[in-house]
Amino acid sequence: MKDTLNPQPPVIEAQGLQLVFQTADGPVQALKDVNLVINRGDFVSFIGPSGCGKTTFLRAIAALEHPTGGTLTVNGMTPDEARRKRAYGYVFQAAGLYPWRTISGNIRLPLEIMGFSKAEQDSRVARVLDLVELSGFGKKFPWQLSGGMQQRASIARALAFDADILLMDEPFGALDEIVRDRLNEEVLKLWARTGKTIGFVTHSIPEAVYLSTKIVVMSPRPGRITDVIDSPLPKERPLDIRDSREFIEIAHRVREGLRAGHLDD
Amino acid sequence: MSALWMAVAVWLAAWGLNAWLAGSAASRTRFGKALVPLIFGATVLVLWEGLVRGLSVPPVILPAPSAIAATITGSLPTLWQDFAQTILKGAIPGFLIGAGAAFVVAIAIDRSPFLQRGLLPIGNFVAALPIVGLAPILVMWFGFDWQSKAAVVVVMVFFPILVNLVAGLQASERMQRDLMATWGASYWQTLVKLRLPAAMPFLFNGLKIASTLALIGAIVAEFFGSPVYGMGFRISTEVGRLGLDMVWATIAVAALAGSALYGLISLIERWVTFWHPSQRH
Repeated sequence: MKDTLNPQPPVIEAQGLQLVFQTADGPVQALKDVNLVINRGDFVSFIGPSGCGKTTFLRAIAALEHPTGGTLTVNGMTPDEARRKRAYGYVFQAAGLYPWRTISGNIRLPLEIMGFSKAEQDSRVARVLDLVELSGFGKKFPWQLSGGMQQRASIARALAFDADILLMDEPFGALDEIVRDRLNEEVLKLWARTGKTIGFVTHSIPEAVYLSTKIVVMSPRPGRITDVIDSPLPKERPLDIRDSREFIEIAHRVREGLRAGHLDD
Repeated sequence: MSALWMAVAVWLAAWGLNAWLAGSAASRTRFGKALVPLIFGATVLVLWEGLVRGLSVPPVILPAPSAIAATITGSLPTLWQDFAQTILKGAIPGFLIGAGAAFVVAIAIDRSPFLQRGLLPIGNFVAALPIVGLAPILVMWFGFDWQSKAAVVVVMVFFPILVNLVAGLQASERMQRDLMATWGASYWQTLVKLRLPAAMPFLFNGLKIASTLALIGAIVAEFFGSPVYGMGFRISTEVGRLGLDMVWATIAVAALAGSALYGLISLIERWVTFWHPSQRH
C-alpha cells in the first residue's frame, strides 16, 4: 500500500512522549515514553483498560492536553499549530450537539466559525448529512433524534470542514451492539470514500480489529503502549469477516497484549 | 348576614364545579385549563365581598372588591398618572439600565479573574444594603422625580441578574468548550455561539426575580420623596387620609403591572430558551 517512490511524511509522530497530570493526590503519569508513527490514510485504534492513557493521547494530538515531555507533531507542526490550522475533526464520546441549534445548524457551526461563505456552508451541510444518511433530518433539533442519529450528526459535524484527520474518542461507546455494528460499517465506508487518517479510541476488541489497519494496545499505570499490531485484513470488510480465522487470530493477539499489560502491574 | 351565606353557598358550588371540571375531559382542553383558575379567582372575590358585607367589616380594615372597583373606575386619570410615573418612568428604565449594566459587568468579570475577585464582592455588598437606607440617599443625589426611583431600581436589579449571568456563563459543558477549541474558535466566537446561549436559562431566572424587585424598588423609593403623584406617593398619602380603597386600587394596579412584566419576560424566555428541558413540550 505504501508509496515507496514518494514517501510521505507521517501525519502524526510521537517520540518519547510523556504526560504528567498534577492532581490533588500528587502527580499522575498518564503517558510514559509513547513512540508512535501514524501515516496518511491509516485507521488506528487505541485499545486498553480505563486509565491507560488512550483518550489522553488522542486529546494530546488535538492539543486539548499538553505533553510534559518528548515530542509530538501533527502534519509536521506542533499540535497547537495544527489545531489552529483546523487539521482535524474530533468526535467525542457523547454527541455534544448544541440543543438550541437544529441538526443542520450544529453541522454549520464549525463552518461559521471558520468563515465559510453562506453558499459553501449550505452545500457542505447537505453533503455530509447525505454522507451519514441523515438527509431530511436537518431541520430537527438534537433532542428529537435517537442517540445513534445524534452521534451520526456529530460525525457529520466533524467531517463538514474536511480536515484530513478524524479523531474519534469512543464514539459508539454508549450505543447498543446493533446500532454500533451499523455505525462501524458506515465509518469504514466513509474512511474508504474519503481516505482520511482516523484515530479511534475504543474499549472493544472486536471493534478495534474490525475497523483498524493498525491496533495500538495500551496499558495503565503508567499509561504506555504495549503492542502495535499491523492488521493483515483487507480494506474491504464485510461484517462476517469477524468469523474468519485471521480476525480471530488478531483478536487473540490483542487480548494477549491487554493481559500482558495487566501482569506487570 | 344573608350576603355572607350567599357567598359561602357560591364558594361551595364553585368548589364543586371546579372539582368536577378538574376530573372531566374538559380539563385537558385549553379552555378548561384557563377556566378552572378563573372560577377560583372569581370565587375568592365573591367570598371576600360576602364576608365584608355580611360581617360589616369597616372599609378601613378591608374594603369590599366592589368598592375597590368603583374607586379604580372613578379615578382612572390619577391611577394612570401614578402608573406612568412609577412604572413607565421609574421601574422599566431602571430595570433596563440595571440589566444592561449587569450584562456588561458579567462579561467583564468573565474575561478577567481579577475583576471576578474585585467586582463580585462589591456587587454583593451593594445588594446587602437595605433599600430603606439606600433610597433616601439616592433621592438626595438624583432629586425627587423619577430619576432617583430609576436609580434605586438599577441598584436592586443589578446584583441578581449579575450573579445569575456569571453562573450561566460557566454552564456550558467541558466537551462543548473542547469542541470550540478543536475548531480554533476565538474567545468572542465561543462566547457568542456557545456560552451566551447556554447562559440564557440562568439570565432569565435573574430577569424574572429582578422584575418583581424593580416594582418594589420604584414604589418604596417614592416614600422618601417624590412629586405629588406616583404609586408609592399615593399609597403613603392615602394611608394617612384613611383612603384605604385608593390604597387597594393602587395595589391592584401594581399587581397587574407586576404580573404583566413577569408574563412578558416569561414569554420571551419561552421563545429564547425553547430548547431547554424545562421549556420543551
